[in-house]
Amino acid sequence: MSGSIQDTFFEECEELLEATDEGLTAIEGGDHDPEVVNAIFRAVHSIKGGAGAFGLDDLVAFAHRFETVFDEVRSNRLDLDEKLIQLLLRSSDQLSALVEVARDGGEIDEAHNDTLLAALDEYIPEEEEDLTFEPMGLGGPAPMMDLGDLGGAPAEPQEETYRIRFQPLKEMYGTGNEPFFLFQALKDLGELTVTMDENELPGFDAMDMAEAYLAWDLVLVTKETRSKVEAVFEFVEGLCELSINGDGDAEAEANALAALNAMFAAPPAGDAAAAPEGEAPAAPFEPPVPAPEPEAKPAVAEEKASAPKAESGKQEQRGGPKPTLRVELERVDRLINAVGELIINHSMLAQQIANLNVSDTRDVETELEGFKNLARDIQEGVMAIRAQPVKPLFQRMARIVREASAATGKTCKLVTEGENTEVDKTVIERLSDPLTHILRNAVDHGVEKPEDREAAGKSKVGEIRLSASHRSGSVCIEIKDDGAGVNRPRVKQIAIEKGLIPENAELTDGEIDNLLFAPGFSTAKEISNLSGRGVGMDVVKNAVTGLGGRINISSAPGKGSTFTIILPLTLAVMDGMVVSVADQTMVVPITSIVETMRGSDDMINSLGADGTLLSIRGNFVPICDVAGALGLYRESDQQAGVYLLVETETGQRCALAVDDIHDQRQVVIKSLDGVCGEIPGVAAATILGDGKIAMILDPESIIAASPTAAAFDTERRMSNAS
Amino acid sequence: MQAEAKQTDQEVKHAEHSEFVSFTVAGQAFCLKITQIREIRRWSPVTILPHAPADVLGVMNLRGAVIPIYDLSARFGLQQTEASERNVVIVVSVHGKPVGLLAESVSEIISINPDDIQDTPPVDSRNTMEYIQGIISHDDTMVRIINLDAVISAPEQVMP
Amino acid sequence: MKTKVLAIDDSRTIRNLLAATLEEAGFEYHCAVDGREGVDMYPDVDPDVVITDINMPNLDGFGVIEELRGTGINSKVPILVLTTESAPELKARARGAGATGWITKPFDDASLIFALKRVTGAAA
Repeated sequence: MSGSIQDTFFEECEELLEATDEGLTAIEGGDHDPEVVNAIFRAVHSIKGGAGAFGLDDLVAFAHRFETVFDEVRSNRLDLDEKLIQLLLRSSDQLSALVEVARDGGEIDEAHNDTLLAALDEYIPEEEEDLTFEPMGLGGPAPMMDLGDLGGAPAEPQEETYRIRFQPLKEMYGTGNEPFFLFQALKDLGELTVTMDENELPGFDAMDMAEAYLAWDLVLVTKETRSKVEAVFEFVEGLCELSINGDGDAEAEANALAALNAMFAAPPAGDAAAAPEGEAPAAPFEPPVPAPEPEAKPAVAEEKASAPKAESGKQEQRGGPKPTLRVELERVDRLINAVGELIINHSMLAQQIANLNVSDTRDVETELEGFKNLARDIQEGVMAIRAQPVKPLFQRMARIVREASAATGKTCKLVTEGENTEVDKTVIERLSDPLTHILRNAVDHGVEKPEDREAAGKSKVGEIRLSASHRSGSVCIEIKDDGAGVNRPRVKQIAIEKGLIPENAELTDGEIDNLLFAPGFSTAKEISNLSGRGVGMDVVKNAVTGLGGRINISSAPGKGSTFTIILPLTLAVMDGMVVSVADQTMVVPITSIVETMRGSDDMINSLGADGTLLSIRGNFVPICDVAGALGLYRESDQQAGVYLLVETETGQRCALAVDDIHDQRQVVIKSLDGVCGEIPGVAAATILGDGKIAMILDPESIIAASPTAAAFDTERRMSNAS
Repeated sequence: MQAEAKQTDQEVKHAEHSEFVSFTVAGQAFCLKITQIREIRRWSPVTILPHAPADVLGVMNLRGAVIPIYDLSARFGLQQTEASERNVVIVVSVHGKPVGLLAESVSEIISINPDDIQDTPPVDSRNTMEYIQGIISHDDTMVRIINLDAVISAPEQVMP
Repeated sequence: MKTKVLAIDDSRTIRNLLAATLEEAGFEYHCAVDGREGVDMYPDVDPDVVITDINMPNLDGFGVIEELRGTGINSKVPILVLTTESAPELKARARGAGATGWITKPFDDASLIFALKRVTGAAA
């Protein structure tokens, strides 16, 4: 079995698990539409089917139990009460865990698995439990083999002659079974002689086409076992008169057949009980009628009853999913790179034409403009391929909240919004960890204990709202809890204890809240086994800024906290201001620039020995010399005379001093990962029109690295305090 | 000595006659196996990486990829190279990523019999010992075989 | 002439497994992702045998059998159902709807080919 099919299986599992989660979330939200239940049943069933093919027994066993409970639900034999829904949710999580173990290896938490299996079993009527899924050995003829053993057929490969009498009932022809093909299959087993017995054939006039008149007498000489011979007739059991007589085992034969018939006629006690009384014990052995039977077995009737619903569901579905194409990610990335090159190539071309000193370049420029627009179109199109809805990510987060709630003894529910918001695939992947951390944090520290919530007049169940939306060229992810909000006195105290702020610092509420992101800040209580794990919110912040994004927190005491993450739509391009700093060309992200200005001497004010402030319309803003912050020295006498006013997340403003501003343009972001380590002040690199590489600056970390700006910030706090 | 060299030097041992490219760094002769080299380019000014150590010259654009350039001389603890147009950048592939190495000039391609490779005699310079995996004599000059993996360790560790 | 198989299953994994086995064994393989598509595709493909899953969106396996058997011309095409259950009850139910036979999942190559052989006579 090829590995690639197994890969497909795991890929498909992801989708099926998502579907399961999605369905369960809908059910949890009160949607008990039978089609939702059916969809979950099918998803779990498909996982089981695939898992069986790859011999993943743990997965098969769990999926089977899970599926059986769902079968009970969809047959209306079980009510979806809160307790069951919670169990199903946990089971779905366990199913994911089992898939992960099957794919990536690792240990199954046996105890947990057994607990869930036992809990599921409680919902399965005992009769059905008996009918547990047997990992069927190898398909088809297996049941027949058992019967062969029952009949005590010799197992050693000895040549034997079987005399077979085969007379189809008319019903057999309705099933598409053809005697001729059966004979061909028999012929594969040994030497076959076929004699047709047409004695029962009436005269032509009396012939009823719907009747079966023919019979055959077959003699098969074979070394194959009796069960192999019987297996050929597996599909027509009950649709024909069949006798197979081996030389000298007529007795055993009769017994075997009787046993076989008995098995068909009277299903094991469990089956009979599972199917309500209406079912005649002999029903399966009766000639089946293809046309709808009035007193069809209840199970069948039910199946049919549900069919119209499935049909109506289909209508919607058909309009829904559009045809898709699965493409290797690497191919898309190659394309993205190529388009990036195309855009760089365009700017190189434009620059060279400008350097030509040709008087009239208007025609060329028009064409160049067309080139540029086409390149942008291609780029947007390619980027869209990488964009994916955040839904699967959000669904995983629901699981995180459930686990965290269980671990802390709190009750929380996650409400998601904007699940269909599309974000670059890499962003989605890299958001998983920060979101997990924020959500665990929200459950652990944000949401209060149920009794405290009640005391505060809130619902016992905490609500965490996770939403995604597009906002003017960015993606906005918001995590909002209705908990107690940031405990500001405590946060401030800790920050003072850890030496992050001076003791007499006077901070705004926003500044206190943002202390949570400060490196080295992690509340003592945070070493709870849940959100602790030795990472603080600063790691979250780094992950977000690593994606070129920003994170913000706002909080209202007693009402809850909101984390807002703003991310660029794509990781591959951004709008930048091209500047020069100490003879190097660099790019500053447009998004962080509030305004730009040329400074004159009278705007600059000294503060202390090194500090300088820029006066902008009466406001004083610290100046941060980019060259100094980056450790670069100017060789020429050029002065930093241009200022980029930027604003940090904490609302702090700073004037970045650069030598000159050249241009504003879209640049292709080239990651420096793997090229060099992290450089303070630098976010990434890009290639400019002249083929040179330029650093893309990260204003936040430049300010952090700048002694003036940092000092000013502290000073301001101190002066506020005094 | 030769027997020892054969044992300690797995990579070279397997090759029959291997082709090496020899070049000079701070007046000394070094070489790299030809299969380790992707291309050799003339030096052109690079983009400085802020806060980079002295042996990291910066980054350059190699057909759309950003690759780091190291000053081999500084890396070996010799004096820093005053890069000019006469110098060359040897592009090698380390851990699957292209990396540029600044050398004074490329000399020639030499064919080396693995048996002729000698172990590096112990000298009182740790840098050298680490970066050199063997030496050979060619036209009466000593040519040092560079241990690329030691010169360029895992990319993340390149900068402190 | 190759024996044409139309496989209807909503599981990509199962479809791939079927495709791998059948194409290797020399069958001409066509597939549909749900019952409705399977029935819609039927006239175009005009298969020698249909293999269908039971639990599927849009139209389930029983529905597929009913629709195929319901249209006179197709009443004879062999239809094999794919099922994870070996329960006699389910087989009887499938047969009641007009199925020719069944293939129990997980299936191995030999039993799949054996099942096809018994209903199509295909030596492939």
